[in-house]
Amino acid sequence: MGIQFTPEIEAQFKSLLPRYPNKLAALIPTLYLAQEQFGYLRPEVMEYVAQRLDLPASQVLNTATFYTMLHKKPVGRYHIEVCTNVSCYLRGCDDVLEALQKKLSIECGETTADGLFTLDEVQCLAACGTAPVMCVNRIYRENLTPDEAVKIVDGLNKSTKP
Amino acid sequence: MDIHHMATNVLLRDPSIDWTNLDNHRKAGGFEAVKKAFSMDADEIINETKRSNLRGRGGAGFPTGVKWGFVPKQSEKPKYLAVNADEGEPGTFKDRYWLRKDPYPLIEGCIICAYALGINTTYIYIRGEFLEEIRIVEKCIEQCRRAGLLGKNILGSGFDMECWVHPGAGAYICGEETAMLSSLEGKAGQPKLKPPFPAVEGLFRCPTVVNNVETLVCIPLIIQNGGKWFADLGTDRNGGPKVFGVSGHVKRPGLYEFPLGVNLKDVIYKHCGGILNDRKLKAVIPGGSSCPVLTPDEIDIPADFDSFKVVGSMLGTAGVIVIAEPTPLIEVLLRIARFYAHESCGQCTPCREGTGWMVRILENIRKGLATKKEIGLLMDAATKIEGNTICALGDAAAWPVKSFLQKFPDEFSRYLVDAA
Repeated sequence: MGIQFTPEIEAQFKSLLPRYPNKLAALIPTLYLAQEQFGYLRPEVMEYVAQRLDLPASQVLNTATFYTMLHKKPVGRYHIEVCTNVSCYLRGCDDVLEALQKKLSIECGETTADGLFTLDEVQCLAACGTAPVMCVNRIYRENLTPDEAVKIVDGLNKSTKP
Repeated sequence: MDIHHMATNVLLRDPSIDWTNLDNHRKAGGFEAVKKAFSMDADEIINETKRSNLRGRGGAGFPTGVKWGFVPKQSEKPKYLAVNADEGEPGTFKDRYWLRKDPYPLIEGCIICAYALGINTTYIYIRGEFLEEIRIVEKCIEQCRRAGLLGKNILGSGFDMECWVHPGAGAYICGEETAMLSSLEGKAGQPKLKPPFPAVEGLFRCPTVVNNVETLVCIPLIIQNGGKWFADLGTDRNGGPKVFGVSGHVKRPGLYEFPLGVNLKDVIYKHCGGILNDRKLKAVIPGGSSCPVLTPDEIDIPADFDSFKVVGSMLGTAGVIVIAEPTPLIEVLLRIARFYAHESCGQCTPCREGTGWMVRILENIRKGLATKKEIGLLMDAATKIEGNTICALGDAAAWPVKSFLQKFPDEFSRYLVDAA
């Protein structure tokens, strides 16, 4: 089977194009759609996006590799990102991170063997007033304690069918 | 969980009301400013904005009305408004409030700005991490379209404007205006040399205004109440109220709205309840991580763009980071240094290489492997980045290093092999 957008993603893709005067400007939103469907941007996915937007594949690669939120490698079903910048540091993010590393038995940048959890350190998430903060699949969890962070992960575990 | 301790006023509104509901917003006088703007001519709107002494809320503090004045009136090419909602300077968390809780004043500000400058397309560039905020703003834009407040012939004025959200993808540098425009064009977010300034040649090589979220939120207030009203709320040349985000070691962190010129010490001790656990204050980073650090002796000053300059720092985004004893400042500076090294776009050698050097030297100092000579080397690296790069990220990386070393030398020298 070749790579192809599902009808829902295709509809979203088509709705992007009239927003911009050229197709290149639709590249980042399109890469997000591709990532949503295919999990990460492997070379064949980038080539497909290039073809859909009439762009050279090199342009797609150039853009995709510049941005950290466009994944070039597989990430777990739950992507946990803990902010370790100044305001979160002052409010105890190191303890939160340590508790999560222990809970998941992985280091930052790693994915659990079952492919469920990826743990990352992330730069300032712009929620410093409610530090420490982490994101789970881009949903913010704020005012964390190490115990709460572990509880959140436990909750995800339970909601996950094997 | 989204706690705000707000001195509710004009920028931060009553948190008990759902301001993402268009009916609630209109009942509170929403879109009256847009109607009023449509009865004014373009020059009047720009002049009123100049009179307000509104200075850009994204960090640089450039007068907004003057910036608008740079956009050519006649243009064969289309013109664009690009809203900078790529909030990312560590310590800054104000714009998220409007995106998440109260987006309509921003949309009103976009319409008024676009009307005054003859713009028919607005892009709101929101950082990718703000997934929920992107959805909320998109929903509010759709509500406006349905109510005839965006799109063709807005409120029967004959003026058309379309508004789109464009997501960022995890690059701090895209908060720099030329990088943001490159990112909007679908490219890597690398800053460009100015001139040409975006007002002349910006998005898609067309005249473009780039304004911060909070800047545009101020516009309907200025149109509704007059530029003089807004100017009188602040200090000389620093018009209006401003949202301060206080984080770190205070009892009540959060967002606060104050008139510019509020005393910084009062902000920390009176409004934020003082230092967490009544510890001793050690240092304050007054406007986001790039702003030179202040000692406890330096904070009894009015908080506005000009007064912070006098003490060698900046108001920046008014993201105040409060640091109490016994926090090791080398750890704070190391996090700041790592941040800028990570976010350097890699274009300019002094920034790409220098930020990495600063991190490695700081790590060596902390490990107890460095000598006095390396403090000099660290200072030297910072000095050689400053002013030698295309954009301000290099400066932003250098200033904290220089100010921490100058104001808190013992915090670093105590780790040295040859410490006295």
